[in-house]
Amino acid sequence: MSEQNRPTDAPPSPVPPVPVVRRPRWNVGLIWLVPVVAALIGIGMVAHNWASEGPSVEISFITAEGLEAGKTQVKYKDVVIGLVDSIRLAKDRTHIIARVKLDKAASSFATTDSRFWVVRPRFGTTGVTGIGTLLSGAYIGADVGVSSDVSKSFIGLERPPAVIHGSPGRRFVLRAADIGSLDIGSPVYYRRIQVGRVVSYELDKDGKQMKVDVFVDAPYDRYVTVSSRFWNASGVDLNLDASGLKLSTQSLATVIAGGVAFQSPPGPRDATPAAEDAEFVLFDDLQTAMAPPDGEPEYLQMRFEQSLRGLGVGAQVDFRGIVVGRVVSIDLDYEADKQSFPLIVGVVIYPQRFGRAGEKIAQLGKDESDKNTRMAAFVKPLIAHGLRAQARVGNLLTGQLYIALDFMPNAPKTEFDASARPVQMPTVPGSFDQLQEQMTGIVEKLGKIPFESIGKHLDSTIVQLDKTLRQVNDSTLPQFNATLAGAQGTLGSAQQAVSANSPMQQSLAQTLAEMQRAARSLRALTDYLGVHPESLLRGKPVDPALRDAPEKNSKGNPP
Amino acid sequence: MTALAPRAHELGIVGCHTCGSACSADLPRCPRCGSPLHRRKPDSLARTWAFLIAALILYIPSNVLPVMYTSMLGRGEASTILHGVVEFWKSGSWDIALLIFIASVAVPSTKFLVLGTLLVTVQRRSTWARQQRARLYRFVELIGYWSMLDVVVVALVSALVQFHLLGTAEPRLGIVFFGLVVVLTMCAAMSFDPRLIWDDADGSE
Repeated sequence: MSEQNRPTDAPPSPVPPVPVVRRPRWNVGLIWLVPVVAALIGIGMVAHNWASEGPSVEISFITAEGLEAGKTQVKYKDVVIGLVDSIRLAKDRTHIIARVKLDKAASSFATTDSRFWVVRPRFGTTGVTGIGTLLSGAYIGADVGVSSDVSKSFIGLERPPAVIHGSPGRRFVLRAADIGSLDIGSPVYYRRIQVGRVVSYELDKDGKQMKVDVFVDAPYDRYVTVSSRFWNASGVDLNLDASGLKLSTQSLATVIAGGVAFQSPPGPRDATPAAEDAEFVLFDDLQTAMAPPDGEPEYLQMRFEQSLRGLGVGAQVDFRGIVVGRVVSIDLDYEADKQSFPLIVGVVIYPQRFGRAGEKIAQLGKDESDKNTRMAAFVKPLIAHGLRAQARVGNLLTGQLYIALDFMPNAPKTEFDASARPVQMPTVPGSFDQLQEQMTGIVEKLGKIPFESIGKHLDSTIVQLDKTLRQVNDSTLPQFNATLAGAQGTLGSAQQAVSANSPMQQSLAQTLAEMQRAARSLRALTDYLGVHPESLLRGKPVDPALRDAPEKNSKGNPP
Repeated sequence: MTALAPRAHELGIVGCHTCGSACSADLPRCPRCGSPLHRRKPDSLARTWAFLIAALILYIPSNVLPVMYTSMLGRGEASTILHGVVEFWKSGSWDIALLIFIASVAVPSTKFLVLGTLLVTVQRRSTWARQQRARLYRFVELIGYWSMLDVVVVALVSALVQFHLLGTAEPRLGIVFFGLVVVLTMCAAMSFDPRLIWDDADGSE
């Protein structure tokens, strides 16, 4: 500015005047905007970070496999909602604690019913999951519930939950004797469509039953009615028992993965949909599931003195062809005084399987409170009447045995101890055993036959015979031949004698002709005598025919 | 030292900042190139301080924030400068680790220290170790842009490593701050007038 003004304002001089440099005051401060802006950026970032910081929660896992502090993310529906901040061992070293910094937006995940689990690649029978984490590394999956109670520490699930919160459908509880080949995620079938899966399972507190939670998706959950029956459709059900070989399966997938199926039993049933968390019994197979309920079983014990090879636990107990129970135990006992090893077989009998008979039995002993006493009182007269248990062969091919209860009228009498607990059922040896015994007797008798001496005798007899035959050959046969030749000659002459033109024949024919003539004259005589019997006394008269004839002629014949 | 030679202002001469021509101190502009003449860079200390403080502030996020995100076979990871150094060191590439450390940590820190020292000593009009301080300044000017190495590496890697699923590298916010730090320290070094080192305690500006 001053330079521009110089030519006009100042007089020309060799030395220019000292320029007046005026600096605006803000010019000094302007440069300080740079650090101020930098500071503002920094503060802004800190503020943003602070504002977006969500709650910090602690999740415990059994192992930190795949987890890395500062790297492992927490995801819900594949959206990152947090990051693992640090991982440390718990004080008792039984598990690890991962501290997770949740995003501000995901602060609702810090509530009591949220669930966390580690998503790792899992190769199971139901399929492969978490394959993406094979390369990217594990992450923590999250599921949020409905609770609004804030919680800061969680116990991580070791397996992903089968059902994410809020899925439409219902959960049911199945009680089973064992888990079979079921696993978490095993399918639930309804008419062979997959309609749900096994969510969890746990052992009862007393360790006697399994509690299996299944989840049935909507809209199929309405087919689970109060009368539905669930059965284990796992794998191939290969059943070899007294009634033969049986193989059944629900679908090819269950052969590998196992599964549960449900259906209502046939006939009109209560079709009310079952309530959430309703309890059902998980049957072993379709057949037992659909069978009418067995009711409370009764326990019986039996003593067998013979071998029970082929009888297994689970073998049928049969009463007149109806399966009424099964074998539950086979134990070996020892009796010192008899030096014997009897087999103690425990069976359970389902009275309801007796049908109408069972109802009547129940009527009989209903005034007795103890069921063992009732049972004893009931079976005592029957045993007196010949009721016995017998191990019978159900399948000749495999030699499988079953226990038959039947009346044996000629069974030996036994003492029934009505006070023994459990109730003892007397037994008789099996029919096969009896047969075996008889066979053994026959074989023994056969063994007693002196085959050796018989052989020796037979041998000497044969030698004798040989000698005799040789003699016959040497001496008897030539004579016999000569005799035969003689006989032949005799026969030849005999033949000659009877031939057609032999003299004997001719004379015979003449004789016969003579005989014929003689017979004829005899007949003439008899005829004569018949007419003239007086001729025997008077002799033959003069020929009347000759005398009478002229008379007749004279009289009859007029001249 | 003053005894050795007369100072420029004693002779009434001002060196042009642009072309280096020695001009009369009375002239407002260089008669040769026309740029304004100053005896010293205007507001040198204040500008240097401002740039230095701004660089210091930005140095914090540049180290805290990740500078690069690399993903190999789907496994992604965002790494800060120091993290990268540690990773390289652990994996055995101590030479690369050292290089990154020098370029990204040692050089900026040295610049902060040196410029800070220079500013403080100049403000105090200290006469301590002037020659060394002058050398130090030239050294800082020399190494200043080498800090850009990190920025260049990130830029190159991000541009070249784009194999989608197999591997990708993306720059992250930290590198911007780091670049700003480098630029600001260079600005600070440029706005500092080394001649101030030689100004006597009694010397007037």
